[in-house]
Amino acid sequence: MSSITKPRLWESFFWPTIAAALLLAIWHYSVVFTGTKVFPSPMNVKTGVVELLDKHVLWADIGDSLRRVALGFGAAVLVGIPVGLWLGWSAATYQVVNPTLQILRPISPIAWIPVAIIFFGVGDRAAIFLIFLASFFPIVVACVSGVSSVPPVLRSAGRNFGLSTLQLIWRVIFPAALPQILVGVRIALGIAWLVVVAAEMIAVDSGLGYLVIDSRNSGKRYDLVVAAMLMIGIIGLVLDFSIRQVERIKSVRWGFRDAS
Amino acid sequence: MSSAQAVVTVAGAGNKLRVQHLGMVFERDGEAVSALEDINLDVSEGEFVCIVGPSGCGKSTLLNVVAGFLSPTSGSVTIDGEAVSGPDPRRILVFQERGVFPWLTVEGNIGFGLSKLPRAEREARIAHYVQTVRLQGFEKAYPSDLSGGMKQRLQVARALAVNPDILYLDEPFGALDSITRVIMRGELLRIWQTERRTILFVTHDIDEAVQMADRVVVLSSRPAKIKDILIIDIPHPRNISSPHYLELRDELLKQIGLAYEI
Repeated sequence: MSSITKPRLWESFFWPTIAAALLLAIWHYSVVFTGTKVFPSPMNVKTGVVELLDKHVLWADIGDSLRRVALGFGAAVLVGIPVGLWLGWSAATYQVVNPTLQILRPISPIAWIPVAIIFFGVGDRAAIFLIFLASFFPIVVACVSGVSSVPPVLRSAGRNFGLSTLQLIWRVIFPAALPQILVGVRIALGIAWLVVVAAEMIAVDSGLGYLVIDSRNSGKRYDLVVAAMLMIGIIGLVLDFSIRQVERIKSVRWGFRDAS
Repeated sequence: MSSAQAVVTVAGAGNKLRVQHLGMVFERDGEAVSALEDINLDVSEGEFVCIVGPSGCGKSTLLNVVAGFLSPTSGSVTIDGEAVSGPDPRRILVFQERGVFPWLTVEGNIGFGLSKLPRAEREARIAHYVQTVRLQGFEKAYPSDLSGGMKQRLQVARALAVNPDILYLDEPFGALDSITRVIMRGELLRIWQTERRTILFVTHDIDEAVQMADRVVVLSSRPAKIKDILIIDIPHPRNISSPHYLELRDELLKQIGLAYEI
């Protein structure tokens, strides 16, 4: 974005296409030259995708993965933002809770899998819990830092108009911190999408993560494994693109640097 | 009796704001630093008072204490006989910059303090103050699309919309370019003359003070004490090259301790 000459329209499509094609070519010829029987070529993967679509399992798996992310990530947004706002607001609460938070935060959500299974059994709820955990911390951390960087002038202005503490948090602190909170939410969604795949490999028997591990286990179908991986990548990209659209809303756009 | 107290009251109008023996001591690195010392000031209803002083002297501290954002360590501030104990929508402080809410439109900012009003009345009030500060056509614009001068006008409009009896302005034009600053002074005077609010205006710009104020309070450098209070007895609009204007301006420069020649 910072380069002085803006690439022409055809160039901004042409070169990325060349790069992707080159990668596919390297992949294809590596498979051909090594004569591997295990790893699929791009063409095999394409047939794999078609096969998955024909059997209608792919759509069901995508739906299951998205549903888990929606629930776990959604709950993390709903709980994480109020908790984070309060921690950012109340220095006393923050002092009490922060050490515990800092110990829990670096624990990989994957390490929680056994615990999640004890709590919720093998099934949807364990996976959703893991996604919740994974997205909760980045949201809370973003809220706390967002609140602490709200200019004091804006707090004073809010107080001057006679707002109570809760009104001040809702009408001044939250909107002022929202651009930073959204960055945390976006990171959280990315993590949620990583974690759902991992969780589905262990805790449930549907979804894209399950598709990857099941394709390998039942007959070493690596064409399907790679096909599922590709789908995971594409959907992740779509999710990130979608959430970035929120940043274009006018009432938060002021907080992003590339805003006009 | 200090010289300050000798010239305080303007005949007629009742005292709106009374500052008595105000002192402010900050704790900095375990040391007590005095910012304000024995400030005594009476401001009448509808009066325009400027506070000038060298930068860092405590002008803004004084304004923040008077507005209720800071509690004084000694003395008192009373408005209409009632002690000030915190910020209050009846008195609005306008900040030097970045005081408008960037997530709200012009309308949203002006209506910020009006959420308790019925919708129709709120909209009428917003429309009125959009007019007052001449932001017609920018009602739906966000602050990021406004110039510095427009943002300050918006802050003034947001303050006036809640119908305060006193406006506190903390170097409101300090961050603007010199041409915009002159225009803004005219705008504020026009608004003051039609709305008739009491105004307490902090500035480090001597011309600004002499052009606008009824009285100018001169503060000494830290700890701030009132050195003198000058009455600017020139009717508006003021001729800024008249001998009397220049005389008062020179007097003010002398008070602040600046030489006549650079």
